[in-house]
Amino acid sequence: MKLLAPPRGPRVQQQPRPRRTYLGLDRDGLLLAVPALIPVVLFSVYPLLRGIYLGFTDAQAGRNTETTFTGFDNYRQLLGDTYFWDSFRVGLIWAFSVTILQFFASLGLALLLNQKMRLRWLARTLALVPWAMPPVVIGIMWRLVYHPNAGLANSVLKDAGIIDQNIDWLSSFSYALPAVILVGVWAGMPQTTVVLLAGLQSVSRELHEAASMDGAGTWQRFRNVTWPAIAPVVTAMTTLDFIWNFNSFGLVYVLTEGGPGGATRLPLLFAYEEAFRYGNYGYAAALGNAMVLVISVFVAVYLIRRMREAT
Amino acid sequence: MDRSRPVASTLRYVALLAYLIFLAFPLFWLISTSLKTPQELAYIEPTIIPENPTFDNFRAAFREQPIARSILNTAFVSSVSALLTVLLSIPAGYVMARYRSVVSRATIVWVLLSQIFPWVLVIIPLFLLLRDFGLYDSHLGLIIVYVVWSMPFALWMLRSYVASIPFELEEAAAMDGASKARTLREIVAPLLAPGVVAAGLFAFVSAWNEFLFALVLIRDPDLQTLSLTLVKFIGAEGVARLGPLAAASLVATIPSLIFFAFMQRRLTGGLLGGAVKS
Repeated sequence: MKLLAPPRGPRVQQQPRPRRTYLGLDRDGLLLAVPALIPVVLFSVYPLLRGIYLGFTDAQAGRNTETTFTGFDNYRQLLGDTYFWDSFRVGLIWAFSVTILQFFASLGLALLLNQKMRLRWLARTLALVPWAMPPVVIGIMWRLVYHPNAGLANSVLKDAGIIDQNIDWLSSFSYALPAVILVGVWAGMPQTTVVLLAGLQSVSRELHEAASMDGAGTWQRFRNVTWPAIAPVVTAMTTLDFIWNFNSFGLVYVLTEGGPGGATRLPLLFAYEEAFRYGNYGYAAALGNAMVLVISVFVAVYLIRRMREAT
Repeated sequence: MDRSRPVASTLRYVALLAYLIFLAFPLFWLISTSLKTPQELAYIEPTIIPENPTFDNFRAAFREQPIARSILNTAFVSSVSALLTVLLSIPAGYVMARYRSVVSRATIVWVLLSQIFPWVLVIIPLFLLLRDFGLYDSHLGLIIVYVVWSMPFALWMLRSYVASIPFELEEAAAMDGASKARTLREIVAPLLAPGVVAAGLFAFVSAWNEFLFALVLIRDPDLQTLSLTLVKFIGAEGVARLGPLAAASLVATIPSLIFFAFMQRRLTGGLLGGAVKS
């Protein structure tokens, strides 16, 4: 390792770049970066922009149909569409329930995992399991749990004497949405728990000890020491969870396909049907744009409120 | 502290136990179902633990043409996607770490921004685009999509790995007269190996687990990936078919389990590990 010259890092940065640069890259940099950038731009950035644009057109399936710009026509039509209102109502109930329940369940678990307990290693490993499973498999697994005849849920609840007849959870108007929400909570807990636990571990131990010497109880210490320290992590994580949940598709598609009778038809399931069952590309894209609008409004209101609380 | 407050301590263990049951039981049920005979699956009172555990369901699942073929399809699509993702991301990730460029910031903004936009906005134009290129309903089309959508995150991973390699090493090589390409190949690449494995595994597992793009972009049953086949399987769900379905689902989980076993040190070591220090 005698090749290593004495530290000369700073001098390198002071040297003016001799060559012409583009996007902050010289010729070598461009050559190395461009093979990755072209496909990303062509197959993800461009489709997204075109998708947003399609929401303002009457694009339809079929090769020979002409697409014309129709401005806000799709959105006027959306406002009069009861399926739209139903799916957004279901979507918001789903997104809020899952996000809030997920947060409290994960906070509880993270607080437990942050203490010295026996079996903690097991809980830690198990807490990651939902994360390590493909979404489709999670859906199938819970279909087996909810299966009307061969399912675990009915069997356990009957043994406990809570129900006396098998329930077809995923086909019932009153139980399908809560049943699906429970799966959503289960599937999303690991990420939230891991992030909250990381937040908890950054809480100052000295502050905790000082507070308990001043006679603060468990709740007071949580309220005045722990909570202020993890508040920024909580805000970031709940925001992300809300966005992910409102945009979720695969899990519910596998569980119910939006049924029964639209009781679990999340906005994206509705948009998927519009696009690929009925071929209304423009209308489906307009739905996507409406979702972006709804998400932005809720996230903005939430973030502004959290920031006010912090100051 | 535990000894002074036995009630609180007991409550904590009760809570932990409740979490363990909630987290583990669905998985336990999947495994249990996969080991049951068709007769046992048809019981009116389902048994919790299989009476005569058997691997017949796994055999049956592999014997079913569509599943065996879709496993091969998925393995092919995921491997090629992972390979391409890594090949394209190594040089670009290097650039992101070593240059003060707009590209680095744009990639991070793109990773965050792409979370907000619902999948439907991307999939319709992507479907049209691939159809125009003649790549709809083909593995190549699916591979392109997977590469493109796992690349930003792979870039981000590799960027941090490159940043941890001291720049002095490269300077020394440059002073010895090595070209940029040679420096990359002989100095940076070997040190980057763990990062490459991590990024490659990430891309492989993302492709292996993916469902939404495959749902829209693949129509031919012979080209289906495993997620797709499993979902189609659900439709024909007689009680007797539940066993093979559960078995195939478990098989489908293996790659991500390997990924998480590999990454666990990072996930729990980096984030959860602090508490172990005593």
